[in-house]
Amino acid sequence: MTYPLPIIAEAMLNGLLTGAVYALVALGLTLVYGVLHIINFAHGALLTSAMFAVWAIHAFLGVDPYLAILPLTPLFFALGYGLQRYVIGPASHGDDGNILLVTLGLAIIIENGLLALFRSDTRSLATDYSFQVVELGPLLLSQARLYGFAGALAVTILLWLLLARTDIGKAIRAVAKEKLGAALVGIDVRHVYAVTFGIGCATLAIAACLLMPTFYVNPRVGGAFVLVAFTIVVLGGMGSIPGALAGGLVIGVVESLCGLFLGESLGQIGIFIIFILVLLFRPTGLFGARA
Amino acid sequence: MTRHTALWIALLLAAIAVAPLLTASNAALNFIVFVLIIALAAQGWNLLGGVAGQSSFGHAAFFGTGAYVSALLQLRFGVNAWAGLAAGIAMGALVGWVIGFLSFRAGLRGSYFALVTLAFAEVLRILANAMGFTGGAAGLLLKLDLGFANLQFSSRAQFLWLALGFVALGLIISLRIAATRFGAQLVAVRENEDAAKALGVDVLSVKLRAIAISGAMTAAAGVLYLQYFLYIDAQIAYGVWISVEALLAAMVGGRGLVLGPIIGAFTLHGLGEATKAFAGRVPGIDLMVYGGVLVLVVAFAPGGVLGLLAKLRPKSRRSGETA
Amino acid sequence: MLEVRDITMRFGGLVAVGGASFSVPKGAIVGLIGPNGAGKTTLFAVIAGFLTPTAGSVRFEGDDITAMPTHRRAARGIARTFQIVQPFAGLDVRENIAVGAYLRHASASEAHRRAEAVAQRVGLGADLDKPAASLTVAGRKRLELARALATEPKLLLLDEVLAGLNPSEIRDIVPVIRAIRDEGVTILMIEHVMQAVMNLCEHVHVLAQGKLIAQGDPPSVCADPAVVEAYLGRGAAERLRLEASHA
Repeated sequence: MTYPLPIIAEAMLNGLLTGAVYALVALGLTLVYGVLHIINFAHGALLTSAMFAVWAIHAFLGVDPYLAILPLTPLFFALGYGLQRYVIGPASHGDDGNILLVTLGLAIIIENGLLALFRSDTRSLATDYSFQVVELGPLLLSQARLYGFAGALAVTILLWLLLARTDIGKAIRAVAKEKLGAALVGIDVRHVYAVTFGIGCATLAIAACLLMPTFYVNPRVGGAFVLVAFTIVVLGGMGSIPGALAGGLVIGVVESLCGLFLGESLGQIGIFIIFILVLLFRPTGLFGARA
Repeated sequence: MTRHTALWIALLLAAIAVAPLLTASNAALNFIVFVLIIALAAQGWNLLGGVAGQSSFGHAAFFGTGAYVSALLQLRFGVNAWAGLAAGIAMGALVGWVIGFLSFRAGLRGSYFALVTLAFAEVLRILANAMGFTGGAAGLLLKLDLGFANLQFSSRAQFLWLALGFVALGLIISLRIAATRFGAQLVAVRENEDAAKALGVDVLSVKLRAIAISGAMTAAAGVLYLQYFLYIDAQIAYGVWISVEALLAAMVGGRGLVLGPIIGAFTLHGLGEATKAFAGRVPGIDLMVYGGVLVLVVAFAPGGVLGLLAKLRPKSRRSGETA
Repeated sequence: MLEVRDITMRFGGLVAVGGASFSVPKGAIVGLIGPNGAGKTTLFAVIAGFLTPTAGSVRFEGDDITAMPTHRRAARGIARTFQIVQPFAGLDVRENIAVGAYLRHASASEAHRRAEAVAQRVGLGADLDKPAASLTVAGRKRLELARALATEPKLLLLDEVLAGLNPSEIRDIVPVIRAIRDEGVTILMIEHVMQAVMNLCEHVHVLAQGKLIAQGDPPSVCADPAVVEAYLGRGAAERLRLEASHA
């Protein structure tokens, strides 16, 4: 099958736009992995709950999804902090395999809790700008997705600055490198773990706010994102923030092109095959960061 | 195996076997058959994830392969259902071996192994969902043709005994393995790969045998599911749900213990039914309980239900016995 | 029996072992000593097949085994213990040792019988049914030794089996090691407990900063100024000699 160049270019650009939001979803996952060295299986379910939160305060209170960033970011930070400090940490006794299972358990609880609350219906929200487009030469791009792209880049840079410049950022990096040493110089490792997990959840809240104007939510939607996010994290190198951004953009484009050439039902397969190949042959990721 | 363990196993199997004589309720018999299928899938998971310590998040790959291979052979090639069963089991073993060969050779362990198995299962799900040969999204429907030769039974009781026979066979295989060199090597690999290597254990080959047998057992569960419900689609056969069910049952019953999967499957689904009876038909409520039980087991009862029972009776020998 | 030739092991820019060569004759007890971080355990890992050296070769009974995987080396007759003991926590003592015995005996009953015999030899006869995790440090060291021994090795690599033991425990286990040698097993041991090295080893190699700096029988090696300096720092041998002559 051949397509005219503008269609391919549009697919690639759209892929980049989606990819930036994917990167934002992956950011929290890679940060948590880099510091706690755990794979958070509940990441997708937490994203779903953030998306439902955005939907709910828009539907019931009429709050604009972009404005929802203000209350939801601190709320999800607190949620993440509490989950790590009072549930995941104590329940897993510090064993990696246990953490995987505990976060799997949490994912099941959250996902089905949302199913019980909201049923399996798919919901979306209509805003004034949901269908606005921007003309870029011969290409038409969704305005809301451009906002999403810009927002995702901004959050990535902010997070990078937070880690590089602030005291808590330095503490987080210290714990990531050498937790015993960090503990010896007086850093409260459990607090830092919880803060990291909280930041991971806060980025999910922002991602949800940026996604909702153009996306839909149902209780299972996080599952689709979580495997994509894992792929990005693995591709970019576990724990690497620039890697997550690069990985997100690559995956966005790959998904978009696979969708174009293979059709909707087979489109996602490209992502999983990349995921498997990277894990099997280059588990430290394509973008250098050492595991 | 102690005499004590043997007695418990015999009692448990006998109790399940007489259930159809005590009740004619279709709901009750459906429940038991379904739980037995889960238990069989979980026995497969337990050998790899429990005994050998390689936690898989993608046992759907084997369950689905068993179901699809058998269904396709029957529908597309007119093969007999029993031969379909044998082929499904063999393909489950082969898929297990291939996934194991790729991931174990690449040195994947722990979280990485869990993720890669999940990805393999998802690739198979997408393929089965997209290809015309596998029936696409519409799935595959077996023709209703009752009779022993077709592995279809008019009475639920007969199917229950068949499923129970498979679970019993799974138990015997697990117990046999536990008593042999292979079983000791599996535990050695789980506890410490380096030490096992130093003692001459060929770690790769031990893991490959484990995943092949594990895949075969879970594939058998997939074939049974097909023969009982006579319908599969990609969401059912290769869905994440069965990967999670297999893992949960083994974990909750008692990871690595031969009786763990059966006890776990009945405990979980018993709790699930109780919750539904208590909370009404709220969708997802039983699964919420499963998730909660998993967290609680990891946090407070790493030995699962059997571990708790053993603690209650500290004087007697462990009734599960490490497999 | 064992010949190590020009082994170099680099990790990135760090040279853990630089061009080490030595040999272990059949039937001997040879010691490998040196200050912490000298590369002794790295060298062991190369001999046992856990690491592939950057350069050099390992020969066993005349065959080049440099590229042979660990489990095949065990089958050829090389067994090792670990400095940090690594019992199989989920198994009892008998089963732990049986994992080693299974290398040469496929049947469970035979492997268990061998395991019990080995346990008697190293003094674990009373602990066969205990979970491995419940053993004391001394017990775990014995278990480490028993498992390796159960593989019926020709060459036994002992990595600090005496470290962490008190003097009376050391006194108990030294004759066990000697008896193993007397039954025909060649032994190469890393050891810090000098009393035991003096007592057991006929020949000692000294490794410091990745290089072999001295060898010989234990008393002469201990008197070697290069060895004293490796342990105590530059100029230490001179100071010691002066202090001795002033006294």
